[in-house]
Amino acid sequence: MIKRYKKLWVALVVLMLLSPLGLLATGTAFGEWAMDELLQEVGFIPAGLAKFADLWPYSLFPDYTVPGLSAGFLQSAIGYIISAMVGVILVAGVTMLFAKVVKE
Amino acid sequence: MHKVKKTLKKREVPLLAIGAAFSFTIMMFNLPIPGGSSAHAVGAVLLAVLLGPWAASIGVSVALIIQALVFGDGGILAIGANCFNIGVVMPFAGYYVYRWIKGGAGGFSPRAVVAAAIGGYVGLNLAALCTAVEFGLQYHLFQAADGTPLYFMYPLKVAVAAMMTEHLLLAGPVEALVTALGMGFIARTYPELLARDETLSAGRESKGVVLND
Repeated sequence: MIKRYKKLWVALVVLMLLSPLGLLATGTAFGEWAMDELLQEVGFIPAGLAKFADLWPYSLFPDYTVPGLSAGFLQSAIGYIISAMVGVILVAGVTMLFAKVVKE
Repeated sequence: MHKVKKTLKKREVPLLAIGAAFSFTIMMFNLPIPGGSSAHAVGAVLLAVLLGPWAASIGVSVALIIQALVFGDGGILAIGANCFNIGVVMPFAGYYVYRWIKGGAGGFSPRAVVAAAIGGYVGLNLAALCTAVEFGLQYHLFQAADGTPLYFMYPLKVAVAAMMTEHLLLAGPVEALVTALGMGFIARTYPELLARDETLSAGRESKGVVLND
């Protein structure tokens, strides 16, 4: 899997190393605001959202932040790259397993 | 599932895995939107062009689910909507726009690359529109007894205007660029991957002839 498409993996690693560029956009995507942002923006938290806010506390790296690596841009950037690596391995692994099962 | 089984070749399985990982990484590149928002490209149409829209759906959906579960991005309750908008609407719409514009042109021809780029632009914007409509409908459909919105706090008009401005003007062109650059990169490194598209369409056309007879 790695040898056959080596050039694609190299390109992917380059993208992963460049990913902290995505941190430069500090705004939150439309509709994906966090609770504190909502409070600031509209002055209240919609009741339905408040109810489900803590539904999933199990995120390994919430917001692509590695615990302990969030002070300053450099640390965030390293955390972002680690997140990218973990994410790529998980996504590629799960897709691989899934597609293999489907093809069997 | 059946369609993926039929259209995805066994040796393309690793390629789909790489493609899904690529889409995941591309979505990490947040683009700053003036006014304090952000948006991102997806890469779903590039996957659809290379591996077919069914396989692209699976790959992008896996990326979205991992995003939600591991990185708290997008949200657990939004997985379904996200997979529909970004994982289904986008690759299928983009793919058919690509096929339509490409016509009989070869997989590497400038026309095919432009077709893929336009497919990316249209696909991303349709996904953004679906998302905006889903946002806006929540405002109109779900309000607490005291009249405050239960989930989404802006009306449909506002949601569509905000989402479409940023995706039509910024994220869409970036998606087109990503799709075109991706095609260019594949053309240089693994040209056989685009040749697959030729054989598939040739197969379809010959079938069409038989049917017409």
